[in-house]
Amino acid sequence: MFARNDHMPQGSRLSLRVAVVGGVGVVLFAILFFRLWNLQVLSGDKYLAEAKNNRTREFKVIAPRGDILDRTGEVLVDNRTSLALQLNPAKLPEDPAEERAELARLGQLSHMSLRKVRRAIAEGEEVAAGAPVTLRRDVGFDLVAYVEENQDEFPGVTVQRVFVRHYPDGSRAAHVLGSVGEIEEEELKEPQYKDLEPGDEIGQAGAEYAYDKFLRGQPGLTRIQVNALGQPTPGGQLVSTPPTPGDSLKLTIDGDVQTAGEAGLAARGLPGAFISMNIDNGQILAMGSNPTFDPSDLIEPTQAQVDELYRDPVLAPLVNRATEGAYPTGSIFKVITALAALENGVITPDEVVQDNGAIKVGEQTFENAGGVAHGAVELRRALQVSSDVYFYLLGLDMWETNDLQEWAHKLGIGRPAGLDLPEEGETLLPSKAWHEQFVKEGLALEDRPWSAGDNVQLATGQGDLQTNPLQMALAYAALGNGGKVVTPHVGLEVEDAAGRVVKEFDFKAQRKFPIDPGYRTAILEGLHAAAQEGEGTAASVFGGFPIDIAGKTGTAQRPGHADQSWFAALSPYPNPRIVTIATVEEGGFGAESAAPVVLDILEAIYDKQASAVSSGGGAE
Amino acid sequence: MNTYATRTRNARPEPFAIRVGIAERLGLAHMDWPLTIAAFALIAFSVFVLGEATQNDIPGDPHYYLERQAIYAALGIVGMVLMTRIDYSRFRELRVGIYTFLCASVSLVFVFGFAARGSRRSFELPFFSFQPSELGKLLLVLALAGFVIDGARRGSAVQRTVRYLCLGLAPAGLVFLQPDLGTSLVYVVATLAVMYFGGVAWTHFAVIGGALVAFVAIVLVAAPAAGVPLLKGYQEERLTSFLNPHEHEGGAGYQQNQSKVAIGSGQFAGRGDKATQTRLDFVPERHTDFIFAVIGERYGFMGAAFVLSLYALLFWRALRITTLSKNAYGTLVAGGIAVALLFQTFVNVGMNLGIMPITGIPLPLMSYGGSSVLATFLAIGVLQSINVQAHLSQRGRFAW
Repeated sequence: MFARNDHMPQGSRLSLRVAVVGGVGVVLFAILFFRLWNLQVLSGDKYLAEAKNNRTREFKVIAPRGDILDRTGEVLVDNRTSLALQLNPAKLPEDPAEERAELARLGQLSHMSLRKVRRAIAEGEEVAAGAPVTLRRDVGFDLVAYVEENQDEFPGVTVQRVFVRHYPDGSRAAHVLGSVGEIEEEELKEPQYKDLEPGDEIGQAGAEYAYDKFLRGQPGLTRIQVNALGQPTPGGQLVSTPPTPGDSLKLTIDGDVQTAGEAGLAARGLPGAFISMNIDNGQILAMGSNPTFDPSDLIEPTQAQVDELYRDPVLAPLVNRATEGAYPTGSIFKVITALAALENGVITPDEVVQDNGAIKVGEQTFENAGGVAHGAVELRRALQVSSDVYFYLLGLDMWETNDLQEWAHKLGIGRPAGLDLPEEGETLLPSKAWHEQFVKEGLALEDRPWSAGDNVQLATGQGDLQTNPLQMALAYAALGNGGKVVTPHVGLEVEDAAGRVVKEFDFKAQRKFPIDPGYRTAILEGLHAAAQEGEGTAASVFGGFPIDIAGKTGTAQRPGHADQSWFAALSPYPNPRIVTIATVEEGGFGAESAAPVVLDILEAIYDKQASAVSSGGGAE
Repeated sequence: MNTYATRTRNARPEPFAIRVGIAERLGLAHMDWPLTIAAFALIAFSVFVLGEATQNDIPGDPHYYLERQAIYAALGIVGMVLMTRIDYSRFRELRVGIYTFLCASVSLVFVFGFAARGSRRSFELPFFSFQPSELGKLLLVLALAGFVIDGARRGSAVQRTVRYLCLGLAPAGLVFLQPDLGTSLVYVVATLAVMYFGGVAWTHFAVIGGALVAFVAIVLVAAPAAGVPLLKGYQEERLTSFLNPHEHEGGAGYQQNQSKVAIGSGQFAGRGDKATQTRLDFVPERHTDFIFAVIGERYGFMGAAFVLSLYALLFWRALRITTLSKNAYGTLVAGGIAVALLFQTFVNVGMNLGIMPITGIPLPLMSYGGSSVLATFLAIGVLQSINVQAHLSQRGRFAW
């Protein structure tokens, strides 16, 4: 029904107009399709990357470090979780006054002065610019709750759960365990730390350092999905890589023996050290040094602790005297002299020497300790009563050759012991060549040639000799096992989180050389007599000990110090398995303070074996 | 392509008319099925996309948008069917009433309107907020087409053009003042479209075009320079920021950048549930103005191109109906609706793709919103009515 005024535009005109609109439509849709194709297909990769970047923030998840266990599986070091107050400096208020106010509030909370807070931030920025700075570890839950409830007042402040090393027994085995600390800038450049970042913790000393790659674990990476406001979205944790906890390290250390040694040494109240080692495979059963320290003090030391731990050059608690000490050893060196003389045909075991209490070498007179004359002595007797004259004469006989030095060197004196820990000190085996070089460099006090006296002194472990319990342990071990210089070590095996052994350390002997069994037997007889028979120098200490041992006392004269006490033991006699050496600075005669420490250690070892045997028998 | 026409000329029996009484009685027999299918496909896709993409938007009510859009869709389809059965020519007689209602409703929001983000556009009804300016698009086309037909012989050509312009620009101006720039632009385009199909001379359009350019220059450049800002700050920023979105990274340009990133990241096949851009709020207004970005990210080029094709189909069928209409009024109405749909689609999708300014124009049948869905379905119903009436008139039969 057409209305009166309803006129149709003429067909052709309408068609034209519709066609024009249709054409416009085609063009517009073409534009949209082209643009869509361009965005999605041609540049899709770029936008996808942008979108992914948009929505995730990455957080590193610290992996807990592996535990350190003793050889029986007892925990020596594990971790505890701690709440750390962290501050992201980038999120501080821009207004200086506001920033100052927030830092002051933070300082109040964490018991730090404003200056200290600022310094902590500055230090943190230096290590890792842009990373959150840890202001304080081990903050309490009430503080955490306060900060979280008052987030508005503390922009940029977060509480992070961190792992902190935990030492259940305080200072026990501290020198063996070592410590952990944040990686230093220099260390970051080292190849073994190539994957680490500022702020990561690594072992800084002891087994923590030596076995760091096993203990460290792999940090995880958590990607959190965030929305446009940067807030984590519910269920938006994109699990990427969970942290892999570090593997556990089992040490060769026996906790009970370690405890006994430390207690025995501490009872002397003097600086000193001890080591107890398996002579066949180099496994160190116990090793300690006094004074010692609690490794947890190193985590966040107070100024007083810093002074005590780092600034006292005399006591130097961080120094492991068993491996870093440098002492003359006194008479325990005579075993080496004896071996060198016997093997070089200077003397035979049964050859009798007249000990008149003193000998004169050139201008110098060398006396027995206390001036006692022991009369006619052969090797066994000389060792039992510790005749100095007998060994002075051997030193004199070998002074023009290098025989004594060669044997001492072969046995490991004055050279790196190959310990698996980083702490090994400088030592010195005096020789003609060394002396001449020393004089040439103008370092000697007096400009004189290498003399017979020098070698006489070395023969009794005196003079310029500088060694440590570890090296002496190697030498005694080589004697005990018939000429094998083992590699001393504390690393036994690595276990994963499930307790499966993933790596067993195999420390091969460093070198072997033949020792005449007859000579070995003769020396061990002398040592057994010294330790446990009649006039033996240590008979007063070991006379009643139920296990037969071979031992030697030593009393070393150190310029400027009272005599240093030494004792070296191979046990059990006559087929020794374990060498145990102790030294006590200014401890007097060998039998006076070092021998009792060794006794304590041996008691612990053999009590334990006895109880293991009896309980084992009971089980069967 | 005129299959219906061919069939009627050959006087072949109409299968629906005889055998399927219901379709005939509902007036559905002569609907344009491609148009219907395109509209249904779009609204179905809309409900589906909203259901997928807005699950976490309203805590505790994952189907909030899905359910409401489904209800609007159902209401819209009922409205479309009703409209199909009405002879649209009646609207021509009601043009004054319609026009008055249009102007009144878009004015009343100033009094009773519900203010959202600084602008009053809608009435708060018990179930949803009704935005009269959405329905106004259709009302304007219906009324203006009537005025054009009836005034075709009154006054000079210039007088007529000026009269139509004034009639169209009055409600556009009211909507602009709400302020709703996008919808007012649709009014202007619909007005021009009706005039265009009403035969207004090309020369007049040239003059109007020139005036528009001058107007835009004044609004965007001259007036602010003279200290008289005519647009609200955000309006101007939204209009111009698409030209260099990186300068406005945090503001208006942000939305468009994020929308572009969303669509681009969909690549060819889409990211599905990994569509983080639109799921994690990076793209704002993703259920309304930026729903195309959701489609682009989730379903990739395949999905987005499919949706665009549906709009192309919709536009083609609408334009086709202008040529089939039994009278000039139908041609003008169909033309106005077709151009308005094209304009809205292009501006909205272009805005999502970063080639058009942000104007707040919803994507017809896709964006969430009862007023828009309902109004669009009613408009499609009117198109169907024109189609139906065209076929009926050629067969000499009338529905009413």
